[in-house]
Amino acid sequence: MKRVAGYRAPYPGTQPNHLHSPYVSSIKRAPTKPQVRIPYTLSEVTGPSFGPEVVAPKASDLTSGHSGEPLGERIIVSGRVLDENSRPLANTLVEIWQANAAGRYRHAVDQHQAPLDPNFTGSGQAVTDGEGRYRFVTIRPGEYPWRNHYNAWRPAHIHFSLFGPAFATRLVTQMYFPGDPLIPFDPIFNCTADEKARNRLISAFDWETTLPEHALGYKFDIILRGREATPMEE
Amino acid sequence: MSLQATTSQTVGPYFKIGLDWLHRDNLAGEGVSGERVTIQGRVFDGDGVPVPDAILEIWQANAHGKYAHPEDTQDKPLEPRFTGYGRVPVAADGVFRFATIKPGPVPGPEGSEQAPHLLVSVFMRGVLRRLVTRIYFPDEPRNATDFVLNLVEPERRSTLIAKKTAGSPGTLEWNVVLQGPDETVFFDLGL
Ligand SMILES: [Fe+2]
Repeated sequence: MKRVAGYRAPYPGTQPNHLHSPYVSSIKRAPTKPQVRIPYTLSEVTGPSFGPEVVAPKASDLTSGHSGEPLGERIIVSGRVLDENSRPLANTLVEIWQANAAGRYRHAVDQHQAPLDPNFTGSGQAVTDGEGRYRFVTIRPGEYPWRNHYNAWRPAHIHFSLFGPAFATRLVTQMYFPGDPLIPFDPIFNCTADEKARNRLISAFDWETTLPEHALGYKFDIILRGREATPMEE
Repeated sequence: MSLQATTSQTVGPYFKIGLDWLHRDNLAGEGVSGERVTIQGRVFDGDGVPVPDAILEIWQANAHGKYAHPEDTQDKPLEPRFTGYGRVPVAADGVFRFATIKPGPVPGPEGSEQAPHLLVSVFMRGVLRRLVTRIYFPDEPRNATDFVLNLVEPERRSTLIAKKTAGSPGTLEWNVVLQGPDETVFFDLGL
């Protein structure tokens, strides 16, 4: 009988605890009892897969699909999806969502007094290529206020959702922009103790993907959990 | 060279924009074999108030106990129309509901067989990394010997087992309770 090889535990401090009280919403929603550690089984090392066929051809271009161009600064966000063993993760689904250039989401709950843009929805999907690469064309999202504390503002960010090869590798995160003065004050950015791990959420300006007279490029690589060493015979 | 996994962040309040397109609340369409079940429930916060902005994801085996994934090499049939994936948002009143089939048993640790179960990821504003839990089935004799259930304190196991609904056969109730004496058991998978 083969033991199932699991996925590596996170390096201490590199993932948030459930409770981070400066982020007020976590106070009534973070579980309080210890989580139960379980061994990896076939259930956790398998998971859903979505090939390129699930994604519409223009789904990675958030500036398309409307009658006109969205307002704001056009950008290209690209990068690679790798695992912790530096192995590229091909054919994995990447979903993003974001506010428009004015810092407003196309969502009933968002009551921020900033205009909606009829030419921007803020949702995109891509499937990584054979080398784990993805690429989105979008506009730079605006910063926006929220009610976490007095004069609270979220730094500009794009929400990312990834699956990877297994149930165990699922990740939802946020990408930030370099030089954003709001980042050090953001309780969501700060919920992870390890400073280096936090800072890896900040994308890098990238000349190589910047298109002349068209759009600035930002690079954001995403690392999903890596596999433990090979299974042992019992 | 060893890299470190990217830090998890909350889905925030506006995830619907990005996640809506892949909603799947009927996992078992026509032609999929197995016992039909509807699972419904609510998500409750630490004040016992239903959470209106959570989203659940489901992963499960088919009725034969086979996952639609290359790493499941068991000699059991796949169901071409069954992927085993669900994505189910809660409504404004905090209620979620999805239709599926009861999965077959799958292999567990140390040569054991696991009781039929669904894997669940829970995401919402205020939750910084996903919560992982399982749904087991009522009146299932294999629950008694399930390796994972047996790692849970006996008095908390019931939070993982869906309940039958009076007068509505085929409908099971299962809630996510984030805090308090009836807090749902969440599992530590690292992320
Ligand atoms: Fe956001």
